[in-house]
Amino acid sequence: MNDTDLSILGVFSLLSVLAIGGGTAVLPEMKMLTVEVHHWLTDSQFRDVYSLGQVAPGPNMLMVIVIGYHVAGFTGALLAFGGFFLPASVIAIGASRLWNRFEGSVWREALQRALAPIVVGLMGAGLIAIARTAIVGVETSLIAAAVFGLVYFGPRINPALLILAGGAVGFFTLS
Amino acid sequence: MDPSLSPPATEPAPPVPLREIFFTFLLIGATSFGGGVVAYLRNALVLSKRWLDEDEFLTVLEIAQALPGLNATNMSVIVGDRLRGPLGAAAGLLGMTLPGGLLVLGLAVLYAQNHGNPDMHKVLAGIGAASVGLLLAVTVQIGHKQLEHLREIGLIVLTIALVSGFHPSLVIVLLIVLPLALFIYRPRLALPDDGKSPPPEDAP
Repeated sequence: MNDTDLSILGVFSLLSVLAIGGGTAVLPEMKMLTVEVHHWLTDSQFRDVYSLGQVAPGPNMLMVIVIGYHVAGFTGALLAFGGFFLPASVIAIGASRLWNRFEGSVWREALQRALAPIVVGLMGAGLIAIARTAIVGVETSLIAAAVFGLVYFGPRINPALLILAGGAVGFFTLS
Repeated sequence: MDPSLSPPATEPAPPVPLREIFFTFLLIGATSFGGGVVAYLRNALVLSKRWLDEDEFLTVLEIAQALPGLNATNMSVIVGDRLRGPLGAAAGLLGMTLPGGLLVLGLAVLYAQNHGNPDMHKVLAGIGAASVGLLLAVTVQIGHKQLEHLREIGLIVLTIALVSGFHPSLVIVLLIVLPLALFIYRPRLALPDDGKSPPPEDAP
């Protein structure tokens, strides 16, 4: 493993243990580390990578594989994947086995109540981080507003269809 | 010791084969487009496979949400571990991530080959914008329950302001907001009073 490989493993392992409340929480940190600190991606490439991750089924942070591949090919893809998913998984096994021991503990309840607003705040910050690169003009603002309106107020539509429709609208309207 | 693990009337079930864990999560991982993985998990684990009852499912979801990592992968790991130990956890995680992961890897190769293709960037820019709208809707849906009390709003605003305004490391943000939130929601009646601590101000 060379220095770049080690950096990929380090960056995504750190993000793995910081992802409180899901992947969106670490988007600002991921952007800072991959764009500003390591210069692996430009701002708009980060947006592209995020978009690529959105069209895949399953967990929504598979974009880490794209970043790993972009930086160091298939080795990088594997390291980013392992780095991002293994540490959190090991913690999950340990915590799940201990969980019942804290049944009814007042501190377990306090922790869950304390995490709830922090998770929302981190999601909001992740949203801002991705919006800063993805919303660049009138067209992109309108696409985002339309999808928000349809998901929030509209009938039940599979969001994946809206994401793909956004891509089609982008193809025809963006320059 | 653990009442949740011993349903009285059933005979001991044979262990679930690892490949069944793998293929169950592979199917979820391949079909759960557009977020909302939790609904797919509930259908497969509670209704179809009956590996968990409703209460156990909610407990696993609760654990997955309280821990770092993604809900979907945490749940595949926890359920796999409960069925077959660490090997089961590995089977669940691999099944969950393999379909989407291979697709994304293919897209990464295509992306590298089409570097600078304006059409591809237009499509990705449209997808990115649509994703922002979706993420906003999800955040508001999750967050609106929290927006009724001043202290929750305060914690949300503080977290957003710290991350988006000052760009510190997330470690530092968590070291500030997590102790603060734990202090705000600390258990009130658990500790014996030594007579020196002030009474809680907001008791009803």
